Amino acid sequence: MKTFLWLVKREYWENRGGFLWAPVITGSVFLLLNLMGIIAAEVIGARHGISFGASGELRNVMSQMDAGDMSKVGLALDVAMYSSMAIITVVLGFVVFFYCLGALYDDRRDRSILFWKSLPISDTSTVLSKVVSATVLAPAIAVVVGIVAGMAQLVMAAVTLSFHGINVWQLLTLAHPFRVMGNLLGYIPVYVLWALPSAGWLLLCSAWARTKPFLWAVVLPVATGLLITWFGIMGLFDLPASWFWKEIVVRGLFSVFPGGSFTATQGSPHTLSITGESGMDVLNVSHSWAAMGTLNLWIGVAAGIGLIAAAIWFRRWRDDS
Amino acid sequence: MNAVITARGLRKHYKNTIALDDVSFEIPSGRIVGLIGPNGAGKTTALKAILGLTPFEGELHVLGLDPRIQRNKLMEQVCFIADVAVLPRWMKVRDAIDFVAAVHPRFDRAKCEALLKRTKLTPNQRVKQMSKGMIVQLHLALVMAIDARLLVLDEPTLGLDILYRKEFYQRLLEDYFDEDKTIIVTTHQVEEIEHILTDLMFIRDGKIVLDTDMDAMGDRFVELMVSADRAEAARALRPIDERTVFGKSIFLFDGADKAVLEGLGETRRPSVSDLFVATMKGTYQ
Repeated sequence: MKTFLWLVKREYWENRGGFLWAPVITGSVFLLLNLMGIIAAEVIGARHGISFGASGELRNVMSQMDAGDMSKVGLALDVAMYSSMAIITVVLGFVVFFYCLGALYDDRRDRSILFWKSLPISDTSTVLSKVVSATVLAPAIAVVVGIVAGMAQLVMAAVTLSFHGINVWQLLTLAHPFRVMGNLLGYIPVYVLWALPSAGWLLLCSAWARTKPFLWAVVLPVATGLLITWFGIMGLFDLPASWFWKEIVVRGLFSVFPGGSFTATQGSPHTLSITGESGMDVLNVSHSWAAMGTLNLWIGVAAGIGLIAAAIWFRRWRDDS
Repeated sequence: MNAVITARGLRKHYKNTIALDDVSFEIPSGRIVGLIGPNGAGKTTALKAILGLTPFEGELHVLGLDPRIQRNKLMEQVCFIADVAVLPRWMKVRDAIDFVAAVHPRFDRAKCEALLKRTKLTPNQRVKQMSKGMIVQLHLALVMAIDARLLVLDEPTLGLDILYRKEFYQRLLEDYFDEDKTIIVTTHQVEEIEHILTDLMFIRDGKIVLDTDMDAMGDRFVELMVSADRAEAARALRPIDERTVFGKSIFLFDGADKAVLEGLGETRRPSVSDLFVATMKGTYQ
């Protein structure tokens, strides 16, 4: 266990840039752009004499709101908080994707694998430490960064509104920062399971490819998909092309991008939506966890375990450094 | 158990070359074995087999374990430095020590730090900022601090200047090697390790062509230097190699009668490199 924690720590040392700095920088840039936008709006507003707050209109609007309207304000603030997470999420997807592709390839290319293999560490632990780094450590760091950025975003929005005569504290009580945090953290287990087939496929390519793991990882499924579509166009074999594209190509390659699990529950009452009745609590754990009840997720988990086992085998026996 | 390595009938072939061709040997404890051969002779493959890094056919026991199936256990007792500069470039000296200390049960942190004190390396230095020689110093300090029974060195000093090379072997001999440890080393700089070897193995085209300890080698092979007028007489004794230096002929004999040779001229023990060149003649043709 101690060895395993150090293996994960080692991954963090090596990939601090992707795991920590990428989300931090993304969050900072996002906040900065927001701040610039707010300032620009204020300046333009002041120059053109458009003023919401000074005459107390906005305050009047607020005081006339009923409970439903108030909860919509809360929702808007929650969404503001999620928005920073959303952009960090996209970056996280890229980080995890390329991390997995390089995790078992880069050290073969620069031959440092010979150093790692000189230590009494099993290849199973090595590969699993990389799976955990990709699917648990990286998203956990991103969520923490996202929460910090989200809080900053929330405060920024509230303070701006307070310039227009609205009480900051009243606004903040309308938002649900803790619920948002809980929802984000609660999504991680779903992400781990959902991302497993992708992580497994990418790690397998990383462990197997002698050169260019990216090309193999992408070209193999895409070429197969094209072939199936091609047969489909000619009316031969009648293979389910659209199923293949969605469930194999997209699922296999892009499940490391967070949020994909919501496609599994599409059409059910758990569909991700911000406007629905229950949408007052976006990304509620009960919605995101609904994916756990789908066959899609568990088939993916099984496939992921198989792919990871294959990656371990190649890690053990690939002899090219 | 006295033998550190027992190999019987090792075979391994890559697509169209045979890397190991029915290789058998035994290495006892407390030896420094030089595994020497031309490029592509199968040295690295043999070492990889010993380290469990490559599949092969045949029977191989390293410290009583099969490297194919008990590799993790084996690596607690075996260290290796494969080539120079395989330490990950992003790593800091401090990280390397912390990591090895955490995962290796036989690592002695204090010893490693003491060894590094003699170098110019600092804890915050990254591998990518180091010269090749410094990387090897770090790697050697890490490896020497591990109380292993077998150390495998594959071209450990390739590309280093002579100061680093000398220091490397000196450290190994002075601060590491003892009768409980065994070292296997491959290198092309034969002259530099000649005096530290206890055993010699020549490998050519996947076969072991010579396997001897250094004393036996001195008994078996004799170098004879004669003046030109006696060259014919020496040639009649069927030397395995002949060359001429400053008008004198130098012959290399395998298993010839020493007394007879001494009657012809000056005899001495051949250097490993001369023996190597004589044995490997025609390898690349």
